[in-house]
Amino acid sequence: MSNDKNINLKESATFDRATMAEIRRAADTGIYDIRGFGAKRKLPHFDDLLFLGASMSRYPLEGYRETCNTSVVLGDRFAKKPITIETPVTIAGMSFGALSANAKEALGRGASIVGTSTTTGDGGMTPEERGQSSKLVYQYLPSRYGMNPDDLRKADAIEVVLGQGAKPGGGGMLLGQKITDRVASMRNLPKGIDQRSACRHPDWTGPDDLAIKIQELREITDWQVPIYIKIGATRTYYDVKLAVKAGADVIVVDGMQGGTAATQDVFIEHVGIPTMAAIPQAVQALQEMGMHRKVQLIVSGGIRNGADVAKCMALGADAVAIGTAALVALGCNDPKWEKDYEAIGSAAGFYDDYQDGKDPSGISTQDPELSKRLDPVAAGHRLANYLRVLTLEAQTLARACGKNDLRNLEPEDLVALTVESAAMARVPLAGTTWIPGQKY
Amino acid sequence: MKTVDLTTSSVQDLNHALHQQSSSVSEKNWTITNPKGSHNIAVGLDADLDVDIQGHAGYFCAGMNKEANVTIHGNVGQGVAENMMSGVVRVKGDASQAAGATAHGGLLVIEGNAGARCGISMKGVDIVVKGSIGHMSCFMGQSGSLVVCGDAGEALGDSLYEVHIYVKGSVKSLGADCIEKDMRDEHVIELKGLLEKAGVDENPLEFKRYGSARQLYTFKVDNASAY
Repeated sequence: MSNDKNINLKESATFDRATMAEIRRAADTGIYDIRGFGAKRKLPHFDDLLFLGASMSRYPLEGYRETCNTSVVLGDRFAKKPITIETPVTIAGMSFGALSANAKEALGRGASIVGTSTTTGDGGMTPEERGQSSKLVYQYLPSRYGMNPDDLRKADAIEVVLGQGAKPGGGGMLLGQKITDRVASMRNLPKGIDQRSACRHPDWTGPDDLAIKIQELREITDWQVPIYIKIGATRTYYDVKLAVKAGADVIVVDGMQGGTAATQDVFIEHVGIPTMAAIPQAVQALQEMGMHRKVQLIVSGGIRNGADVAKCMALGADAVAIGTAALVALGCNDPKWEKDYEAIGSAAGFYDDYQDGKDPSGISTQDPELSKRLDPVAAGHRLANYLRVLTLEAQTLARACGKNDLRNLEPEDLVALTVESAAMARVPLAGTTWIPGQKY
Repeated sequence: MKTVDLTTSSVQDLNHALHQQSSSVSEKNWTITNPKGSHNIAVGLDADLDVDIQGHAGYFCAGMNKEANVTIHGNVGQGVAENMMSGVVRVKGDASQAAGATAHGGLLVIEGNAGARCGISMKGVDIVVKGSIGHMSCFMGQSGSLVVCGDAGEALGDSLYEVHIYVKGSVKSLGADCIEKDMRDEHVIELKGLLEKAGVDENPLEFKRYGSARQLYTFKVDNASAY
């Protein structure tokens, strides 16, 4: 019993080994930890919710015979050409620069196969991405790297980014090792420098200015395409109301489980609110303004499977967006590169140093040799397969609840496993009628 | 010449008509009357047009301009010529804050003064201001040139990349990583060309040059106090 000698050793819950290791790392380097990925701490999440399948009081739909609609129209509030997506799972904004050109192409290919949209990111639109994306959302970010009106007019929708779930209130930093000639050229920067991304837009401040900015974007595109506003989940109730007032067609709410290419660990783990907590706030705001289903709500941050998709829809979202899960589907953190992950001091399933540009899977890198490891056609098919599974799983759950459209799912179909999740999601604790914070 | 009166036409109709010139120019000269501070006038132009705005304009006038020559005979609001790609935008009066923000190319001339954050995050545009500019101008400026014939406010060129800044008057303070640099012959020639292009009669030898010290180009903890 070799472990018996440690039986009287008690690890501190406050100063556990990971905490101590971080203190030592900080003392050694004098700099905070920067990494990619999203929040890694355990958070109240969709696993804490369950569906109430149909029985005596509800009629289920036949799984393989009766249809369950998954298509959604996005942006029909003001745009002349709203987007119709065939599955309510879209690909979130991720930049060329953070990701390789092959990865961006693969995202476009996968999304297009299943009839959904993909999204650019900081750094502009690449021809590979536009060419392979049947529906492409063009992000309008504070840095305006790569921003030009020609690409704006090529977009199927425009997403004005105010923040993201991994770092609401923060800007970004693309480290010099990823600023290759092509990335530098697209961003008008010297090669090899650490590129800072601003946290605030340079030419407007506050919601009244934003309304004018949105009008400018509509004027430039002759009111053709939808305008989204993306916010990191914090004061979601108020932010959604202001976004509606500013003239958004679609609002994207990104919870704190949402990923990033690079930011401070302290930011990722300590700013924002969980996705599950943000949705009811957003829906309440929309409902109070009479805009629920008129201004569509896209939710992102930690979406992994069809159950997560269905739960978001049941809480009132019109669609979801995936980022980290899409990269995993492409091959990020795949055990087949285990030795390479170990060689850079990580392990498959744990790799989050997207900022270093050494990704063995060839996804979050600009290294030409590593990038070649990702076949955009094959990876695109993997993503399409994954998106199909998400859709089928969500349909399965919706039919079990008697719904012939994913958007017919409702909070009444859900219960919570914990008091915390009941309070955040505003659904009853399982087996009770109790929703914390609401009157009996 | 085509005249559009904004008391009887909407900005939307005006912009749509101007955009229709993108594929082939059937009417090169446009006069806009009674702008009365309207926002988003002449945005997204993509043709070799001459557009004269007879009065004050609001936010984002001539935003994202390509090729067109836009003159505003009055003052402009926030973000004039923001993200301009090419062409010339000339403001006869004063400009509010964020003039020429993130603009990639072309020439922006402000004959009066410009407010705060003039040339913020500029990416290749040339900006010539006959008067003075406000605080935090050229913040995170990436490339292009900013010429100021008057004075500059606080924190000029904070976190600057590669913009060439020329100021004739005083600079209240320089931002992080912005320093005064030698005015060599090539800079005098460059400035002379910019002044001529802008139609501004000034002696380039009376200007000082400012640029990036390039100390914040890579993140170093020793610079923590500057971030």
